[in-house]
Amino acid sequence: MAFTLPPLPWPVNALASKGLSEQQIDFHYNKHHKGYVTKLNAAAESRPELKDKKIEDLIKAKDATYNLAAQIWNHTFYWNCMSPNGGGEPTGKAKEMINASFGDFATMKKEFSAAAGGHFGSGWAWLIKDGDKLKVHQTHDAGCPLSDNLKPVLTCDVWEHAFYIDYKNDKAKYVESFWNVVNWDFVNSQL
Amino acid sequence: MAATFSLPPLPWPADSLASKGMSAEQIDFHYNKHHKGYVTKLNAAAEKRPELRGKSVMDLIQAKDATYNLASQIWNHTFFWNCLSPNGGGAPTGAAKQAIERDFGSFDKMKKQFSDAAGGHFGSGWAWLVQDKNNRLKVHQTHDAGNPIPDGLKPVLTCDVWEHAFYIDYRNDKAKYVNSFWNMVNWDFVNAQLANSRL
Repeated sequence: MAFTLPPLPWPVNALASKGLSEQQIDFHYNKHHKGYVTKLNAAAESRPELKDKKIEDLIKAKDATYNLAAQIWNHTFYWNCMSPNGGGEPTGKAKEMINASFGDFATMKKEFSAAAGGHFGSGWAWLIKDGDKLKVHQTHDAGCPLSDNLKPVLTCDVWEHAFYIDYKNDKAKYVESFWNVVNWDFVNSQL
Repeated sequence: MAATFSLPPLPWPADSLASKGMSAEQIDFHYNKHHKGYVTKLNAAAEKRPELRGKSVMDLIQAKDATYNLASQIWNHTFFWNCLSPNGGGAPTGAAKQAIERDFGSFDKMKKQFSDAAGGHFGSGWAWLVQDKNNRLKVHQTHDAGNPIPDGLKPVLTCDVWEHAFYIDYRNDKAKYVNSFWNMVNWDFVNAQLANSRL
C-alpha cells in the first residue's frame, strides 16, 4: 500500500465538548478521509509510477489524482489545526502576525468566518502566509494552496460532510465552534 | 421584506417518500432550510436590486446574473422535487421508455450511466438526464448550482448530489442514496418534460 492515512492527533471523541461530536469526526475521518486514501491506493494499482510519489508531489504536479491527493493533504492539515486544548486567543508569532495583518484577532476571525460561511459549494477556508502578511484565502472542492505555491497556516473544511452530522444546514454555527478548537501551537509551527 | 420570489410547495407531504428511502427529516431540512434558504437570500438581493423584481428565476439563470447561484439552486430544487413521487419508481413508461431504449439500449444501461455520473460527481452538483440539440437523451452533470438549459440542453430528470441531499439518511454512502433514487422517479413528470417544448 503506497499511501497511508495518518492517525488523528487526538481520540475521536476529544472535540465533543467543544462542538465536534465523536460521530461527526468518526465519519469524516474513517469514511471520507480514509476513502480518499483507499481510492488513491486503487489508482496506484493501475499506475505503478504513483507508488513512490508523495502526496505533495501529486498535488504540485497537478496529477490526474489531484482531487484525491489534495483531499488527503487538506484533511490531515485540518485535523492538526484542531485540538481539545485549542481555542482561545492566538499566541506567539500567530498573534503578532494576525494583529499586523488584520488589526486584531476579532477582525481576522470575522473575515475568515465570512469566507468559510460564504463559500458556495464544497471547499476550504484558509489562513495563508504571504511574505510577512497573513491573508484569508478560499479554495473550491479539493483545492490545496500548495498548488498555487501558497503557504497555509490554518484551515477549516466547509464541505457539507464536515458539519452536517452536528450542525445540519447551520454552517455558521459550525464555523463559530471551530474557533473553540483552533490549535494555535500548530498554526505557530507553520509560520 | 417583500417577497418577489416564492418557494413552490412540495408536490407531496414531507413524509411521503420515507418508505422509499428518503425520510421526512431529510426532506424537511432539504426543503425548509436549503431550498427555502436560497429563496430568502434571493429576495434579500431583490431588496437591494429592484431590477430583479418581475424576473423569473430562469430569466436570472439565462442572464448569468450575479444571483445565478441562488436562482439556479431554486430552479434545480423545484425540478428535483417534481422528479420524485411516492407513486414513482419502477420502469420508465411511454415516451420516456422509448427514448431511453433508443438512446441507451435499455433502462439498465441508462440507470448505470446516470448512477455512475451521480455517484462519481466530485464535490457538489447534479446528475441529469437531458435531451440534447438533436433531442437525443444523454446523461449530463453540472457542478455546484449549474443548470443545463443555457447550454441548449433540455432537462427531463435530475438527482441532487450535494451532500445535504443525502447526508441525514445516508451519511457518506452516496451510492446507496442514488440507488434509492430509482425507487421514487416520477416517470409521469419525465414524460411531461419530454412532451413540453424547451424553455
